[in-house]
Amino acid sequence: MSEVNEQMMPPKVVLPKLEKNLYEARAIKSFLLTAMVWGLVILASIPLFSVIYMLIVEGGARLDWEAITALPPAGFETGGGFGNAIVGTLVMVGIASAISIPVGVLAAVYLSILEPQSKLATTSRFLAKVLTGFPSILAGVFVYAILVITTKTYSAWAGGVALAVLMLPTVTLAAEEAMRQVPQRMRDAAFGMGCTRTQVIFKVILPTGMPGILTGVILAVAGAAGESAPLLFTALFSNYYMAELAEPTASLSILIYNFSGMPFENQIELAWAASLALVVMVLFFNILARIVGRSKF
Amino acid sequence: MSLIDDKVMDTLTHQGDFIATPYEPKGPVVIDCDVKNIYYGDFRAVRDSRIPIEKNKVTGFIGPSGCGKSTVLRSMNRMNDLVESFRFDGKVQYHDHDIYDKKVDPVIVRRYIGMVFQLPNPFSMSIYDNVAFGLRLNNYKGDEEEMVVKALKRAAIWNDVKDKLKNSGLSLSGGQQQRLCIARAIATEPDVLLMDEPASALDPIATRQIEELMVELKEDYTVALVTHNMQQATRVADVTAFMGVDISKGGRTGYLVEMNETRKVFEDPEQELTKEYVRGEFS
Amino acid sequence: MIFDPFKASASDKTLSMPPSQADFLRDSAFRYLAYFGALSIVLLVAYIVFELGVQALPAIQTHGFGFITGTTWNASEEEFGVLPEIWGTLYSSLIALIIGGTFGVGIAIFLTQGFVHAKMEVTFRTIIELLAAIPSVVYGLWGIYVLIPMLVPVAQWLHETLGWFPLFSTELGGPGLAPAALVLAIMVLPTVAAISTDAFRRIPYKVKEAAYGMGATKWEVILKVMLPTASSGILAGLVLGFGRALGETMALAMLIGNVNNISLSLFDPANTLASLLASTFPEAGQIEIQALMYAALVLLAITLVVNLLGLAVQQYTMRKFEGKK
Repeated sequence: MSEVNEQMMPPKVVLPKLEKNLYEARAIKSFLLTAMVWGLVILASIPLFSVIYMLIVEGGARLDWEAITALPPAGFETGGGFGNAIVGTLVMVGIASAISIPVGVLAAVYLSILEPQSKLATTSRFLAKVLTGFPSILAGVFVYAILVITTKTYSAWAGGVALAVLMLPTVTLAAEEAMRQVPQRMRDAAFGMGCTRTQVIFKVILPTGMPGILTGVILAVAGAAGESAPLLFTALFSNYYMAELAEPTASLSILIYNFSGMPFENQIELAWAASLALVVMVLFFNILARIVGRSKF
Repeated sequence: MSLIDDKVMDTLTHQGDFIATPYEPKGPVVIDCDVKNIYYGDFRAVRDSRIPIEKNKVTGFIGPSGCGKSTVLRSMNRMNDLVESFRFDGKVQYHDHDIYDKKVDPVIVRRYIGMVFQLPNPFSMSIYDNVAFGLRLNNYKGDEEEMVVKALKRAAIWNDVKDKLKNSGLSLSGGQQQRLCIARAIATEPDVLLMDEPASALDPIATRQIEELMVELKEDYTVALVTHNMQQATRVADVTAFMGVDISKGGRTGYLVEMNETRKVFEDPEQELTKEYVRGEFS
Repeated sequence: MIFDPFKASASDKTLSMPPSQADFLRDSAFRYLAYFGALSIVLLVAYIVFELGVQALPAIQTHGFGFITGTTWNASEEEFGVLPEIWGTLYSSLIALIIGGTFGVGIAIFLTQGFVHAKMEVTFRTIIELLAAIPSVVYGLWGIYVLIPMLVPVAQWLHETLGWFPLFSTELGGPGLAPAALVLAIMVLPTVAAISTDAFRRIPYKVKEAAYGMGATKWEVILKVMLPTASSGILAGLVLGFGRALGETMALAMLIGNVNNISLSLFDPANTLASLLASTFPEAGQIEIQALMYAALVLLAITLVVNLLGLAVQQYTMRKFEGKK
């Protein structure tokens, strides 16, 4: 046996050392850098977990039926909730969606299909990008100037329009991107069968690009639901359920802002509970967007 | 590369621009395509090519890549209008009317002259809806299902899909997708069918099936077929147009070299250039 | 009527029909609508700039350039200056950018350079995206009740041991620049991480392959090849992140203290343009509102410049890589 083994042994060759030397300078440097990157990632995750922990512990403790239906309490009152704020947020996000989604998708159709290279399309696309970088509070200032001053009242309308200003560029750019993803050959096929441009868009591009468009739209809705700066002086706040759209209207985010600075334990607890409700709402839309976006063509 | 250049030059002896001897159609002509110039912006893609498409025949287009055979084909149903810089100079007489007439909407032209593309391009909808697409588009009032089944049978794909008409058209294999696209194109019984290298992305078996299909289709339709495969032209086409590339003026401009019955083009061509091309001396 | 000379001569069997009059009408109507959709974005931006300008005009006429160099904001004396707010806006955003940018780029490297299994990568990316999804007010609330109490002892210690250093020269008494900038960093991080990740992904695989092929270690490849190649994309991410930080409102209004103050110390309260608007606007009288409109215009101008810069860098990066392909 041993004879055979010796015969099969390869001839001995002196090789340079190939195995890693852990104490070599560049190995140590690599190790430190890798550790640093891991550290950065873990450290960056901490705030998220801390926020979630606080929301569940502090907010969860108060998030009950009373909290989501009752009206906000005054100073020293106990109990209460933010039912009117939930309604207000939903209504204003609804108004914003009703304005920005049709306009945004129409603009996206123009940008991606009708005249993608035209001067208007280039300008519009560029300005949409600029608009996404606008401070959201400026949308509030703008709508204050055009709606609150002229109608002489804070209103759900004004709040909704302010949110629409923020949603419009997001919806447009996302929908444009989604429609661009529809393969050129599908468009050619539709044109080749004698579709008008509108028929190509409605029969082929919109149905095919729908998952992507919906993802973008839902993310924009989620963003709008969490916004507060544009509502500060357009919708203002109200301690009552809304009776009409032309009156000051409560929203979850403004309630959180108002209550966070109050010296009352009850209000601070409610601020946490409202935060939990708001985050649940926003995350719901985010997860929905992911699920919708996964169904690819 | 330089070999092609020399060969192309051969047709340019004696006189200035070479112009092919006109082909005398033997039967009724459906599309009389008379190209003077086709431009993309400043680029002159095709010049002086008169190509009549005869009724109930397969007219094949062959030639080296870049000779503009697809461009000519796509000019026949105004698909090129979708390219912004496209400019057409000449006349495409479809029956007795010019499709480039200012009064004509390209959308209408495409309703009568159907097209099958190089790469299969089913819509992302069910197999059934893909085929019914054209019927619905043309507002067909009769029995939709019957026409869908008929088209699928004629495109020789019925047996593959009859149990899964609700599945997405994109779930089929490449060859099946292309036959689905043919079924979609013929469902509305268009007058003419333009096929732009329909088998170029397919395996030999699928190619055979498509070729057999084309031979069957000409019973009812008029077919114009672009192919880069000369054997395919000999197997399928009744008449063949051979196009070359003219690089004499710095550009790459395609033009018609010779057009005749397929047998004549392949066995006894008029032009030296054609002879060399069909012998496979350049491609 | 529809001009269709073909139906008559086409074969009898054909089912082809020209589109109906209604189809054509719908087509042109819809195209007009889409045109106006695209136009509306242009008009909206123009209208915003115009309206803010008009509203701010009285204040611009009264206060002129002194508004930008003035340091007091006193509504009852009608004395308005936003230098402290401009300082606070830029300073807090800069600190946030340094912290959030480091983290963002680190995370982009982590996510794109094969440190973890692809599935874990998705998990981490989701975490970063969720970080971006949490509303600003919630971060504000978290800042007040979690971050500030945590920071106070740390700030105390820093001030006591390193008090000679300008950044730590005062004590943190609650709201202040440090908590505001930290929360801002958390909010900038996802933007930077997303754009930088994109920049790394855009690098053709062959570049990486070539570097490894020459015997470089993973970190040598990252630092000497990938990072320089992605640098302009990362720069775009940083600039756009900076733009986002400049305009962030709610969390800052809740955490920065809203005090007109120009100081290098991280523990002093300060103010920013956006939080000045947020905290003052609801109770302001007419004269003060005009001044606030002027402040909004200043904020608009600053963010516009930064965003245009970011977009230009981004455009440049894209062109660079498209040219390489």
